[in-house]
Amino acid sequence: MNRIIKIIFLDILKNKIVLAYTLILALLSWSSFGLEDNSAKGLLTILNVILFTVPLVSILFATIYLYNSSEFIELLLSQPVKRKKIWLSLFLGLSLSMVAAFFIGAGIPLLVNAPDSVGIMMVIVGCLISIIFVALAFLSSILTRDKAKGIGIAIMTWLYFALLFDGLVLFLLFQFSEYPIEKAMVAVTAFSPIDLARIQILLQLDVSAMMGYTGAIFKDFFGTAIGLMVSFMFLCLWAIIPFYISLKKFKNKDL
Amino acid sequence: MKNIIFFFLLFSFFLQAKVIEVGINKPLKSIKKAIALAKVDDTILVYKGIYKEGNISINKKITFLGISYPTLDGQKKYEVLSIKADGVIVQGFKVINSGYGTLEDPCGIKVYNRKNVVIQNNILDNNFFGIYIQNGTNCIIKNNKIKASGKQEQLIGNGIHCWKSDSLQVTANTISGHRDGIYFEFVTNSVIWRNISTHNVRYGLHFMFSNDDAYISNVFKNNGAGVAVMFTRRVKMFNNYFEENWGDAAYGLFLKEISDSYIIGNKFSRNTSGIHMEGTSRILVEKNIFEANGWGMKIQASCMENIIKNNNFVGNTFDISTNGSLVLNTFDGNYWDKYEGYDLDKNGVGDVPFRPLSLFAVLTENNPSAMLLFRSFMITLLDKSEKILPSITPDNFIDKTPLMHSLSL
Repeated sequence: MNRIIKIIFLDILKNKIVLAYTLILALLSWSSFGLEDNSAKGLLTILNVILFTVPLVSILFATIYLYNSSEFIELLLSQPVKRKKIWLSLFLGLSLSMVAAFFIGAGIPLLVNAPDSVGIMMVIVGCLISIIFVALAFLSSILTRDKAKGIGIAIMTWLYFALLFDGLVLFLLFQFSEYPIEKAMVAVTAFSPIDLARIQILLQLDVSAMMGYTGAIFKDFFGTAIGLMVSFMFLCLWAIIPFYISLKKFKNKDL
Repeated sequence: MKNIIFFFLLFSFFLQAKVIEVGINKPLKSIKKAIALAKVDDTILVYKGIYKEGNISINKKITFLGISYPTLDGQKKYEVLSIKADGVIVQGFKVINSGYGTLEDPCGIKVYNRKNVVIQNNILDNNFFGIYIQNGTNCIIKNNKIKASGKQEQLIGNGIHCWKSDSLQVTANTISGHRDGIYFEFVTNSVIWRNISTHNVRYGLHFMFSNDDAYISNVFKNNGAGVAVMFTRRVKMFNNYFEENWGDAAYGLFLKEISDSYIIGNKFSRNTSGIHMEGTSRILVEKNIFEANGWGMKIQASCMENIIKNNNFVGNTFDISTNGSLVLNTFDGNYWDKYEGYDLDKNGVGDVPFRPLSLFAVLTENNPSAMLLFRSFMITLLDKSEKILPSITPDNFIDKTPLMHSLSL
């Protein structure tokens, strides 16, 4: 298994796109931290990168990579290797490279420029988001054989989580503003990994506002040790469940 | 020369003659007896030890000095020290365990309707009220360390409580754990200078109906609800620090019905709200720093003719928020770190006006749970379009001369 991971990892490195992604992240992070003497702007830039760019790149790159390596997968399948092992190695190889790209590109400048709870939380959350969207890519690529359709599903997934979901939540908030929906809203966030990630960072970044009335509801849940654990558990589930479903499908798939 | 020395010796001889010593190893062991023996202008020296004499009342003009902090213990039953004469000086005592009462407000040290009293360099520990000036004039409260560990508002009194007084000086005291650190009601022409008020249950400083006062260079940190200044005219608030006042209804500085006042050179950092203004008018807010607050300023629509100029707004979640569409205040020449305009003529002033009120600040004001969506991409997009074409936010909420660089304050 380690050898397959190694092969995939090296293959992705040879691809150069991930290297470019790393470079762009690094450029963006270092320059936004260097722009001003306080780290607030840099943190906001990286927050937007985590919530927007990282999911997009992770899901698109992983989907396309999976479609392009279908011949390689078929070749591997002809060998005496378990299907589960192949699929898992692919997942680990891709996740590893996306996480490494994020960590080197954005994580290191974060830890250098903001070595506090905000920075550490952002690094952890960024890595988790990378893995989650690689897992979602696995799901979308296994759903259909058609490459264009698969990539389309990936883009739709990303659009849904990055934009549509928040729009829906906003709509719900204003439709039901007469009702005590705060607690329900906390539960709703569990349905989007990006929202979970955002709120965890928000609690560190905008701690003053979160101590106020409006944030208190979220602080009371997400701010506690249990809330933190629960939301991280949900984030992990967001990586595990899509991958697990794709694995099931892959095992029984007629290639 | 000889004459002068002679006079000096004579003078010091007189001084010496009027010193009464109290201590465990001294002939006189009771403070009450010493006060009874003393005449006007005498000095009572109290040496180290624990004195449990119930209520000690000073009813003549004496100097009451403690040597290496003798402890006056109220045993949780009595008011410890009552001052009922003009010109008394109390210095160097450790006053502990005053009684608790809701009708009489027993205190560590209380001044009753007197002038020119000086209370300095004392340590007050675990009292109901710390120092209480009732109808005092020209009194000085200086360098005292006042501490309590109140948990509930109704079970603890104020650190320094001043009522119906004039010309007080409250200087360099450290207060923590009381209900209000410093409380002023009907106090005029007074100054609060260089005090540190932290971890009080309610307010660091509470100000009511106290005209023509100034508070300068104080630190108010981590109090239950910050600082409240209410129903007052002509207050000067200079160079204070308002920090880490966090919570539901916590404000760095809460202003209610204030007029003709000045807020200059203060620093508001890491508060839920830096300044909350309600019904204030003709206030000048100048050269302050608002840093890392949840809301820099909340200006309710009931405020008018306030001028907010030359301040730095840096790293706040929201710089400004309001609850209506009426804007009768002026913003001028502030630095906003959220400003994204340009400066073609390089004069340091941005060429496009800045709208400090974000759409999302208005949204959360109407629907608090919307905070859940803060910093999401969707909201950022909405905010951007609102900045270009204001429809929900009042369009005259505007700084026409935003600065390109932060002021060095």
